[in-house]
Amino acid sequence: MVEPAVDLTHGHPHEDHAHHGPQGIMKYLWSTDHKVIAMQYMFTGMFMALIGGFMAYVFRMQLAFPGMNVPGFGMVSPGEYNALVTNHGTIMIFWVAMPVLLAAFGNYLIPLMVGADDMVFPKVNRLSYQIFFLSTVVILASLVVEGGGFAGAWTAYPPLSADETYNLTPLGSTLWLVGVGLEFVAFLLGGINFITTLMNSRAPGMRAFDVPIVVWMIVVASILFMLSVGPLLAGAIMLLFDQTIGTGFFNPATGGDPILWQHLFWFFGHPEVYVVLLPAMGVVIEIITTFARKKVFAYRTVIFTVVAIGVLSFFVWAHHQFIAGIDPRMANIFTITTLLISVPMAELCFVYIATLYRGSITLSTPMLWALAFVAEFLIGGVTGIFLGAAGADVYFHDTYFVLAHFHYTFFPIAIIGTFAAFTYWFPKMFGKMMDERLGKWHFWLTIIPFNMIFIPLFVLGMGGQHRRIYNYEHFPELAIPWFQDMRQLATYSLLIMLGAQFIFFYNCFKSWRSGARASRNPWKANSLEWTTESPPPHGNWHPDDMPVVYRGPYEYSVPDREDDYWPQNEPALKGGPGE
Amino acid sequence: MNDMSFLERVGHYFDEIGLIRIGSTYAADIDFLIILVLVVVGVWFLLAEYIFIHFILKYRAKPGRKADYITGKEKHLKRWITIPHLMVLAFDVLIVVVSFQVWHKIKMDLPENPDAVLRITGQQWAWTFQHPGVDGELDTADDIFTVDELHVENEKTYHFKLEATDVLHSFSVPVWRLKQDAIPGRSITGWFQPTITGEFDVQCAEICGFGHGVMAARVMVEDAETHASWVAANTPVAAAPAAGQATPGTQ
Repeated sequence: MVEPAVDLTHGHPHEDHAHHGPQGIMKYLWSTDHKVIAMQYMFTGMFMALIGGFMAYVFRMQLAFPGMNVPGFGMVSPGEYNALVTNHGTIMIFWVAMPVLLAAFGNYLIPLMVGADDMVFPKVNRLSYQIFFLSTVVILASLVVEGGGFAGAWTAYPPLSADETYNLTPLGSTLWLVGVGLEFVAFLLGGINFITTLMNSRAPGMRAFDVPIVVWMIVVASILFMLSVGPLLAGAIMLLFDQTIGTGFFNPATGGDPILWQHLFWFFGHPEVYVVLLPAMGVVIEIITTFARKKVFAYRTVIFTVVAIGVLSFFVWAHHQFIAGIDPRMANIFTITTLLISVPMAELCFVYIATLYRGSITLSTPMLWALAFVAEFLIGGVTGIFLGAAGADVYFHDTYFVLAHFHYTFFPIAIIGTFAAFTYWFPKMFGKMMDERLGKWHFWLTIIPFNMIFIPLFVLGMGGQHRRIYNYEHFPELAIPWFQDMRQLATYSLLIMLGAQFIFFYNCFKSWRSGARASRNPWKANSLEWTTESPPPHGNWHPDDMPVVYRGPYEYSVPDREDDYWPQNEPALKGGPGE
Repeated sequence: MNDMSFLERVGHYFDEIGLIRIGSTYAADIDFLIILVLVVVGVWFLLAEYIFIHFILKYRAKPGRKADYITGKEKHLKRWITIPHLMVLAFDVLIVVVSFQVWHKIKMDLPENPDAVLRITGQQWAWTFQHPGVDGELDTADDIFTVDELHVENEKTYHFKLEATDVLHSFSVPVWRLKQDAIPGRSITGWFQPTITGEFDVQCAEICGFGHGVMAARVMVEDAETHASWVAANTPVAAAPAAGQATPGTQ
């Protein structure tokens, strides 16, 4: 991997590009262009985010005002409540965080950042989205079939998920499982492309350590996903058989074991956190270096740390099962591995902060999102220590403390990370600049309510409130007035935050229609995507003008240079440093 | 509170501020661990956020000033990463050690010779509690069965056998800091010793279907006298004459 990449795609024009692919509506259905596929993933993901957000609105209203007629939904029955929280989690992770961060930005950025005209296997890429689209249809269908959507939590623990006499949603739970399974297949296909494109299609001169960190992070995330999803896919098929043809893999009455599913699920489920985290962290470091005009602090340390996190993430899964009935001695091992992962994570945080040191910081909208990611993710990170220590997890397990903790990780990842990436690459993707004033309003009206939603939930969790209970009036200790005030505070904050998203969509629409035209490189950044037109043409660069790389992507503020940036493809002519 | 050492008072902090009561012998150990973690990560968190925000404010772009070119290989700068990250490791060790002690006390070191053994069974969507009758032995004819109401005597050590009949459930009593999943096909043994009398919530902490949200129960922690009269009053009448003679073969 260290020697310069062998150039497979340069030189001879790609046969697909010679005749520009399909046109019109067929372009969107059958295009193999990585940028079109990225947009398809992104808009599907954003659409699903609206559905997941609507679900959050409905069940937060029920929690704040139990028994109310929720506008736009109606009364929430206990079964509907369970289905809402189940599918909120499922959709937000598998149909929002994964498609937007990994698939959309992975597809968009990898070829552009390594200087390739497209992915290595464009047709596999297209197939990936088509299967993903199918999975989206299946999961949406599961919500409206007879009996309602699956309601056994996104972790789908059997026997509840395996037997319709327990879950009462025969069709919903099977469709849910099929949808999730198809989604895994789609991302397996996408992952093949991400990895091979980085390996094989780098521009001439681009060595392993000249690749932008976000590309490395997306590729490491894809490797984690592909290594971890196999056991769960097998488990999902076993669960499907349990549901439909009466096998008993997870049924203790027929010699199966429900705990087996938990191991298969979390063996995937924990690396999955890093699968979505790493692309977001990569996006953030690209933005921080650009707007602090700084070289990333210790590039190689970051790459090795990320690989260490990836390896460690395979050895922490049972911290989700401390009190699930596993051998208590196992908890000791997994407490150690879980706390150990705080070391590389802390290291990454220190590196991000150190990158700001003696920089020249401009607080543009993308930079605000990127900095907010670091500030908020820290809260998610440190609260994880409470849960990783098995002794404290006895109390916190499955309380609102856990819920608030992982929302402080997933919200920065999936929402803040997405807005950071979207606002940063919007000029490249659509050729227009976004409105900064609206962008900042949107930023503050999202970040402040976000904290006001989840800080009260930490307190409720410490007070002993458990998850997935539709009405706390049945529990005298949880029905006290100031607890109910906290629930209402969280709900009001959610309403403000959801309302603020209209600013974002309005800003997108307005900027796309009438924003200022974006130049090739509006942020004066170094990486290769900024050297082509905004938006890039089919094939990314003119076939005769493919980029050649002379240096790493973070050469900002190099001494003795007039410009404070130095694009990767600019030949060193005047004998400056670094060559 | 005055007769407590400083460390014991730390463990009782959440109780003192009225967030959640200390109701069992190990509740204060868990709270102590939580507060230890809170202090350790709290200091790191505040320090990190302070430096972070300080840098953002201090190094705002100014006309005429260029950012420094720092690769991260400079020794005098690199130690600002290396030393803190070794310190993080050291604090991790501290937390692991205390966590082990708490974990062992609650989940691994089962106290010998409990005062009584209970059976707790979760099913969709209720808790069934099997108490020993006046003979003090479980699985005899005078056992007392209740639904959604557990009666225990204060200051006594109990073992429980946690079972489930259909799907996963989780038996959680927040004031005792006790939580354990119940698994169909298994019997999981655990223990607790209440320290305050009163009525407390039991929640099911593992989603178990339509009625999960109403799977509420109460524990009644009673003093010796009240508990004895409750046992006497509720021992099944038909079994009362046989009390004292354990049914053979059920141990």
